[in-house]
Amino acid sequence: MKQYDLTKNNIIQFKPERVALDAKHVNVFYGEKQSTFDVSMQFPKNRIIAFIGASGSGKSTFLRCLNRMNDDVATVDGQINYEGLNINSSAINVYELRKQIGMVFQQPNPFAKSIKDNLTFALKKHGIKDNKQIDQVVKSSLKKAALYEEVQDSLNKSAMSLSGGQAQRLCIARAITMNPDILLLDEPTSALDPISTKKIEATIKELSEKYTIIMVTHNMQQASRISDYTAFFHMGHLIEYDKTSKIFTNPSEEATEDYITGHFG
Amino acid sequence: MNARRNNKIATGVIIGLVSIVVLILLSLIGYILITGLPDVSFKFLFTESKAFAAGGGIVNQLFNSLYLLVLSLLISIPISMGAGIYLAEYAKPNWLTSTIRTSIEVLSSLPSIVIGLFGYLVLVIKFQLDFSILAGSIALMFLNLPILTRSIEDSINSVSPLQRQAGLSLGLSRWETIKGVIIPEALPGILTGIILSAGRIFGEAAALIYTAGQSAPTMSYTNFNPFSETSFLNPMRPAETLAVHIWKVNTDGITPDADIISSASSAVLIIVILIFNFGARYIGNRVYKKLTGDK
Repeated sequence: MKQYDLTKNNIIQFKPERVALDAKHVNVFYGEKQSTFDVSMQFPKNRIIAFIGASGSGKSTFLRCLNRMNDDVATVDGQINYEGLNINSSAINVYELRKQIGMVFQQPNPFAKSIKDNLTFALKKHGIKDNKQIDQVVKSSLKKAALYEEVQDSLNKSAMSLSGGQAQRLCIARAITMNPDILLLDEPTSALDPISTKKIEATIKELSEKYTIIMVTHNMQQASRISDYTAFFHMGHLIEYDKTSKIFTNPSEEATEDYITGHFG
Repeated sequence: MNARRNNKIATGVIIGLVSIVVLILLSLIGYILITGLPDVSFKFLFTESKAFAAGGGIVNQLFNSLYLLVLSLLISIPISMGAGIYLAEYAKPNWLTSTIRTSIEVLSSLPSIVIGLFGYLVLVIKFQLDFSILAGSIALMFLNLPILTRSIEDSINSVSPLQRQAGLSLGLSRWETIKGVIIPEALPGILTGIILSAGRIFGEAAALIYTAGQSAPTMSYTNFNPFSETSFLNPMRPAETLAVHIWKVNTDGITPDADIISSASSAVLIIVILIFNFGARYIGNRVYKKLTGDK
């Protein structure tokens, strides 16, 4: 593979009032091995930001830093500011943080419980006991995840009986029950068929009206279809971060251009 | 052609070996049931054993076996749950963990007579528990812990790591995730492990001969005060179990119907263990369906 100058980059900045999350000089180490190098980027509110890059480019690792899912796995250096707080500090209550910054994973991972219990389990643990309120949240989350029509008559059925696409939308609904600000999606459609993928993409698009969405994707068409901004990662470095239309039509870095035109990755 | 022939030979050999195993097991169980069952009656199950005369039953032995089983499960389930959860969820792969695992493996291959004699020296003599149900259940706990810990650890490990991530990403703590998501999903496996080990305990004799003792003194099933010496609930009384009874009747039984008692008791023992085994499967499935909402 061709060598690129990894220090050369082009990263878009936003006005402070538009920024939902602001990462500064983030480095991630797995033991001795460094997997993310000095990544600084801002995430604008109510937009969809896509991370693209080859396997092992560090995009998933960086995503997992944003709600501290790398705790116990890797060492994360640097600042990640959310509402004036550095959430990468040990003083932060990670459980509260993860309510604000939810996450959906690559493989649909509903709990082995009924559909309803999947949505209410965490709510109840967080102290919400009022049945009316819970039913309300169940309904609205399922609607937002575009799953309500399909499961409204079978809320007490096991979530394990859902198809892959339905299960993934249930996971999105489950993340929404916490009423987060930001949703992190780690390749949410890579285990799904094209029809389910389409549905999920439509759901994500709608969700961006209320939430800031940061997603990792292996699929460049997906990034260009639904995201507002795209960040290109290469070998643990953030190479380019700009409007999606610019990245896919007129990237300023050579590595980005080579990647999106299919020269590697 | 060669591959096909080899496959046929291999399949044939495997089927042959399996048939041998099944045949041995079936004929053993069949023999015990056929020789024992005709003598099993309500009278046999519900009268006390006799030392010299014919016509004794097994009511006390049967109850002792069940009582010992319950007590020893009461002690061993919490401990092995803790150990299993620790090993599956918290233990880091270091020398301490591997020492614990090795110890568990060694403990699980310990002959039960060794556990019995250890229990005799430590519990019966040193701690002055005498021949008692308590000493017996602690000895059974030693026998039970390694297998139970292992099966609990395996059941927890078989739950996908994705479930843990899901729990954490919803702002739940690790313990809340383990308690509310992981253990319910692992419960059928855990239950099966517990019930199968119950079957093993139920049939255990060697570990009990020197701990729970070989005598079944008369006791009252209406005395519910566990501190009274004649109460059936008193954990400090000596208690001969069904398996020990079979052993004893065969080694120094002097009743004229010792043979009949031995075969009938064996049949009862086998039936109870079969009930445990089928029960394990049934209850495991039911619980899983209930917890996962798969109605």
